[in-house]
Amino acid sequence: MSSRREKADALRRLMNSEGETVGRNTRNVNQLSDYAIQRFDDYDEARSAARGIKESAIENLPELIDRVDEAVEENGGQVHVAQTAADANRIVEGIMADRDAEKLVKSKSMTTEEIEVNDHLEEAGYEVFETDLGEFVVQIADEAPSHLIAPAIHKSPDEIAALFNHAFDLETDLSGDPNELTEFARERVGEHIREADVGMTGANFVVAESGTLMLVTNEGNARKTASTPDTHIAVAGVEKLVPSLADLQPFTELIGKTGTGQDITSYVSLMTPPVDTPIPDFEADEFRDAEEREFHLILLDNGRMGMREDDDLRETLYCIRCGACSNACSNFQSVGGHAFGGETYTGGIGTGWEAGVHGLDSASGMNDLCTGCSRCVPKCPVEIDIPWINTVVRDRLNRDAESDEFDFLVEGLAPDEEPGGLDLQKRLFGNVGTLAKVGSLTPGLANAVAGSRPGKWLLDQAFGVDPRRDLPEFADETLREWYGARGAQVSDPDRDVVLYPDVYTDYFDPERGKAAVRTLEALGVRVHIPAVPESGRAPLSQGMVETAREKAEAVHASLVTHIDDGRDVVVIEPSDLAMFRRDYEHLLPERSADRLAENSYEVLEYVYGLLDNGADADALSSPADGDGELAYHSHCQQRTMDLDEYTETVLSDLGYILRTSDVECCGMAGSFGYKREYYEVSVDVGEHLRDDLGDVSDRQLIASGTSCQDQLDALYEREVPHPIEVIAPR
Amino acid sequence: MSTDSLSTFETAVPGTVHRTAAADASEALAEAIEPPAIGTAIPHDGVSLPDSVETDLSPSDLESAATGVTPAALGIAEYGTVTIPSGAAGDELVSLYTPRHVAVVAASDVVPDMAAAYERLSEDFAAGADTQILSTGPSATADMGTLVQGVHGPSETHVVLLEDR
Repeated sequence: MSSRREKADALRRLMNSEGETVGRNTRNVNQLSDYAIQRFDDYDEARSAARGIKESAIENLPELIDRVDEAVEENGGQVHVAQTAADANRIVEGIMADRDAEKLVKSKSMTTEEIEVNDHLEEAGYEVFETDLGEFVVQIADEAPSHLIAPAIHKSPDEIAALFNHAFDLETDLSGDPNELTEFARERVGEHIREADVGMTGANFVVAESGTLMLVTNEGNARKTASTPDTHIAVAGVEKLVPSLADLQPFTELIGKTGTGQDITSYVSLMTPPVDTPIPDFEADEFRDAEEREFHLILLDNGRMGMREDDDLRETLYCIRCGACSNACSNFQSVGGHAFGGETYTGGIGTGWEAGVHGLDSASGMNDLCTGCSRCVPKCPVEIDIPWINTVVRDRLNRDAESDEFDFLVEGLAPDEEPGGLDLQKRLFGNVGTLAKVGSLTPGLANAVAGSRPGKWLLDQAFGVDPRRDLPEFADETLREWYGARGAQVSDPDRDVVLYPDVYTDYFDPERGKAAVRTLEALGVRVHIPAVPESGRAPLSQGMVETAREKAEAVHASLVTHIDDGRDVVVIEPSDLAMFRRDYEHLLPERSADRLAENSYEVLEYVYGLLDNGADADALSSPADGDGELAYHSHCQQRTMDLDEYTETVLSDLGYILRTSDVECCGMAGSFGYKREYYEVSVDVGEHLRDDLGDVSDRQLIASGTSCQDQLDALYEREVPHPIEVIAPR
Repeated sequence: MSTDSLSTFETAVPGTVHRTAAADASEALAEAIEPPAIGTAIPHDGVSLPDSVETDLSPSDLESAATGVTPAALGIAEYGTVTIPSGAAGDELVSLYTPRHVAVVAASDVVPDMAAAYERLSEDFAAGADTQILSTGPSATADMGTLVQGVHGPSETHVVLLEDR
């Protein structure tokens, strides 16, 4: 399919031109942010408080709009509610005309990017200049910002110098020295600020009861923009409203830490305009009275009130635009916001914004770059379930797709709940459980076909499965077949567990399942491996929400009887445990989801618990001479659930010497890495994992997740066992 | 204010802190200032700006002064932040346009953390001081590839801490 090829080409071009700079910068900020969060004891409390404030503010939004209208008017300003971008631009233009203004300076604001006010004003004959240095760069380059808070994060100092040298008629060319570039940009921008008739800012927050704006910057550009010209226009989405000044406290503490990795940004301006700062007239060299100041607050709807009514998109409105989700995303680190972006918004939460304010089409190009790895979740200061939003949008895109003439053939055959127009590639990966079941009937044949050139050709042509990545091979005997023949071997157990037979363990890698059985039995646990359907992870990844829901219901029905019998559920594959603990809350009734979540454990978490309760560690394998050194790569969802520590502790306590990798997810190597259009992105993400792991020639490589194993297999061309296989009794 | 909070504050301020008694504030200010300097009145008994500090401002002073001196309403120990209330005297501009900003804060106005700061801010705002900048300068950018200080705001910050006020 040519569109897959075109997409792959576009991604490759961006990885080549911007990838290196984006990667370096985003990873750097991400690490700074990790460090700032670690030092902040109240992180979780602040997040819960922030979340609560946003939930209630969005709930009471109409009331807050009325209240801020009164407050601003009482202060001597004016509030305008704009339904659309066009309305907002008309209002801005009207203010410019009323003030006989010619020139407007703008501080950084994504909301004004959303309405494209620069283009509108320039077409109407006004001059517009960006004052944020990153925005200034992007404006000169005539590009869109590539990140929510760092618009020029994709450009290196040398590239910026070349851009300035080309754009300005300079006596001496600028070098790539950041100090020199900053100095130059500051001078240019400073002149525009002093001459401007109107200053436009966004607002990070708007306090309804007082009409106070919170503006967060490091450069001081918002302060200069708002306080130098006599007219200040602030454009803010309606979702920026909070009831009172005190509500700003948790956000003040969170936004720097998650956004840039600072404890607090240089300036958090709490301005209640029109401010009583005298107006500097640089030309006349005199101050004018602050009474002459004028202030307009434009509150923008542009789809937001619709998002408020939408149970799945509503959470997007809680976003404080800190950009942490982009920095924490391995795919964003590789391709940047010009690939992982829509008309305006980029990165993790960008899909929700685009779907809400510009419509599904604008979200479609970027949506598949979210693999649902969930590394953005602990980074979000308002606890937004960003992967879920992206899944819902993916589902809507699937349903929006137009059916083609052959769909009726697939429609009847595919065992899913999805509409006819669904992309065949998505349908293939979404039904992997069924495929595995069919393939495992004749594993030799299935492996031969999947590994053959014609087989690969067919998979590529029909489904866009990239022939460069090897498909996993079916085992001769499934885990359940093995266990069925063998039976339970603990007669007087301390505990009873159900080992959840995930698709990969059951059909492709029963060895890790057998190791789990041996380990649990050695620790006095009786193991059951019943027939349980696929968790729904595969269809959920493809945005097939209804199919995933049906799987979830079936899994719950199978497992709940075991739980009723007092058995714990032990899960090997972390992404399946994440289904039970995180995703099922969206798919099942609350009580059912909670019950399963509370009784399910990751296998090493369970082993840790058994050992902690007195089980005999001597029953397990400890390092024999020479093979005790390990390089361990945990799994993204395992880390999001804070479970990686259990594996690390168990291994260390048994005497293994561990080196760990903490780069962001390599889940791109999973179903996404098999897709032709994303194969090269998955390789790029993997290279970073290799850099992080360093030289591993002297040690065994182990990983907890299927996609991680796939990625490491491909990178190192060696077997990468699960940690349970290391500690299982021989 | 507890000595703990004061020393936390002193450590956290991203710039030089000058601890002084109000009576010796002129000396401390002279030390913190690089001339030419501009400033706005300090509302603490016994503290006045050195004569060399210009208080009758024009916009060209904003552009040519090396230092701007303003009072701060609060110090926030945990973050090393000071809050600059804006007023008709032009505090906001004085604290923003000059390459060096010197904030004068009373020890009794140093609060331990952000929660306490917002309690005070809420009172101040209700009482009319409803524009304040939480400043943890210097002004900075990483937009040109690496951290550079002094962009639209000061490149250097000093805090004069009045121990007996």
